[in-house]
Amino acid sequence: MDKFGYTISKERQIDYDSNNRGVASYIFEKEPSFRLCIECGGCSATCTTASFTDFSLRELNILIKRGENDQVRQNLKKCMLCGKCTLVCPRGVNTRNIVVLAIKAFQKSDNYEI
Amino acid sequence: MSKHVVVIGGGVAGLEVAGQLSRAGIEVSLIEKESKTGGHLNNWHRLFPDRRNSIEVKEYLDGMTHNQRIILLTNTTIERFNRNKGHFSITTNEGRELTADAVIVATGFDLFKSARKEEYGYGIYDNVITSADLEEMFRTGKITLANGSVPDTIGIVHCVGSRDEKVGNFYCSKLCCVTAVKQAVELREYLPESKVFCFYMDMRMGGAFYEELYREAQEKWGVSFIRGKVSEASETIENKLLIKVEDTLAGRPLKMKLDMLVLMAGMEMSEGGEKIAGLGGLNTGENRFFAAADNHFGSNKSNIEGVFFAGTCTAPMNITETISHARAAVVEVIDYLKDGK
Repeated sequence: MDKFGYTISKERQIDYDSNNRGVASYIFEKEPSFRLCIECGGCSATCTTASFTDFSLRELNILIKRGENDQVRQNLKKCMLCGKCTLVCPRGVNTRNIVVLAIKAFQKSDNYEI
Repeated sequence: MSKHVVVIGGGVAGLEVAGQLSRAGIEVSLIEKESKTGGHLNNWHRLFPDRRNSIEVKEYLDGMTHNQRIILLTNTTIERFNRNKGHFSITTNEGRELTADAVIVATGFDLFKSARKEEYGYGIYDNVITSADLEEMFRTGKITLANGSVPDTIGIVHCVGSRDEKVGNFYCSKLCCVTAVKQAVELREYLPESKVFCFYMDMRMGGAFYEELYREAQEKWGVSFIRGKVSEASETIENKLLIKVEDTLAGRPLKMKLDMLVLMAGMEMSEGGEKIAGLGGLNTGENRFFAAADNHFGSNKSNIEGVFFAGTCTAPMNITETISHARAAVVEVIDYLKDGK
């Protein structure tokens, strides 16, 4: 059969209503400072991982809140948990703990606990 | 001989000016187009950033003008406005002739007419309302959808009619961001089960205690802030509002269904102000507000000697700034009249 080169593109749109935001709810409960992020990007600017990979903790915060879990899961393991991000955060968000909690939340969700 | 000043507009700026001038022994005629004074204050329930009742500010202003020698002309508009030999002659819609030694223009602002942003569906969809409509709901204590039920998810759209060259308003109205945050907090307070989302281009929290309120909205009330301008709203078959926005910080388009959409209408030069500008030959700026003689040290002065500006007829201002600007106008007028003009 001739191949015409057509493919079906995956939708890029965030479907807020369909997404599962259980991970975000878990972090909000355990680390309320998660709510305070104003997306300044200070964490990403100081992040060693971000200097060498496309890891962005700022973006990760947003994606967790929107329930874009596949993307979050792929990126989480890049963090080395050094905690420099927490030092620079102007809103006092415990950013390092957010990563720790997100990892825990995914483990729990894999065990159908959240 | 006592001097006579005509103040055009009986909102916050006009009342403050009238009260202060009258206390300084100057005769004042205050012209108000509506049946009562107070301007937009009459339509607002609580004020940012501390959510005090607007009635308190109205009471202060009424106190300023109480028992003073102020001739109040309500339901009055100006039809003629001339200057001869240092005096002004003003003719009202009822044919009354006023002579003044100086004039203070305090014609305020109009809220942007949100139906002009047709893509948001104000006046088309049942549950798209404006910030002013929401204040009315707060006043009655009933926040409901058109069918009488309580909304679960509410979106707030910032910059409706501001920073938008499509409607001819390239400027920032400055107060809508903090109004959005205030109303988001109040919505959460009235409807504890609700989820509230603010869609913003930039959060402009430049006033005293605004940032604190923003933080409180996030921390205490769990309001979600999504950076991106809503491009359009459409009504779904189940009578919800489907909105499209780019979540610019995720770099991805986002869609979401909401029960209610609140449009943060910006501030525009008032129609009354435009009329006065035409009648009196007063300069206006590119933003259509009155153009001050100097932006740094002459923000109360106009291009015509003896005509001064007070308040939001020159630019968007909050109440604190409006009252300060009005007091500054009073200083300018007293200084002007002292010179024997």
